[in-house]
Amino acid sequence: MMEEDDFDPEKVKRFMFVNRKAPYGTVYALESLETVLISAAFDQDVSVVFVDDGVFQLKKSQDTKGINMKNFSPTFRALEGYDVEKLYVERESLEARGLSEDDLVVDVEILGSDELSKIMAAQDVVISN
Amino acid sequence: MSMLHTVNKSPSERNVLDSCLRLAAKGSAILLIEDGVYGALAGGQAADKIASRMGDFKFYALGPDLAARGLSEAPLVDGVKVVADYGGFVDLAAEHEAHQAWL
Repeated sequence: MMEEDDFDPEKVKRFMFVNRKAPYGTVYALESLETVLISAAFDQDVSVVFVDDGVFQLKKSQDTKGINMKNFSPTFRALEGYDVEKLYVERESLEARGLSEDDLVVDVEILGSDELSKIMAAQDVVISN
Repeated sequence: MSMLHTVNKSPSERNVLDSCLRLAAKGSAILLIEDGVYGALAGGQAADKIASRMGDFKFYALGPDLAARGLSEAPLVDGVKVVADYGGFVDLAAEHEAHQAWL
């Protein structure tokens, strides 16, 4: 256990954002993305994970004109400019939905559950949406 | 006498579609809207469930919700009809005696 006296404000922490919800049906996906963008301002080690219905956030060709909502999927391509470069997608979640890497709007690292589990276990902070 | 049912949740997030398929009377129309449209994906987790009930229900998916989710060109379960716009939703509502919204 870390003692309070050990707190080091200079230490870079590993933050992981876990996205499990589809876009548009609820506001979780958009709120999570905004949290990621805010976290990028604090120069931490940020990774963003997409599992379960969260993989649908990255689906190409989203066109939201017909539902009067903002299409936020292009923002995932801008994350690199904020030094958020670790985007992980769980292979099992993609396959269960009939999707492949070619269906995604941005370059990601596709990992199996076992690999993703190890990366998750190594985080200092995990924020789940 | 037939009813229009709407399902607005993803089948891989909630069990709304299962409940609708279990309780809707045969001959009903089922319109997938919002995150419910993921249920219509041919490669998705609900594809077999919907395909196996094609004889019991008429299945529809709302076009603007498919487009928003990048699914306009995605293969849907055979027999699912795309409702082009909200006017089509209104037409379906008007053609049926009642509407049940599964939330």
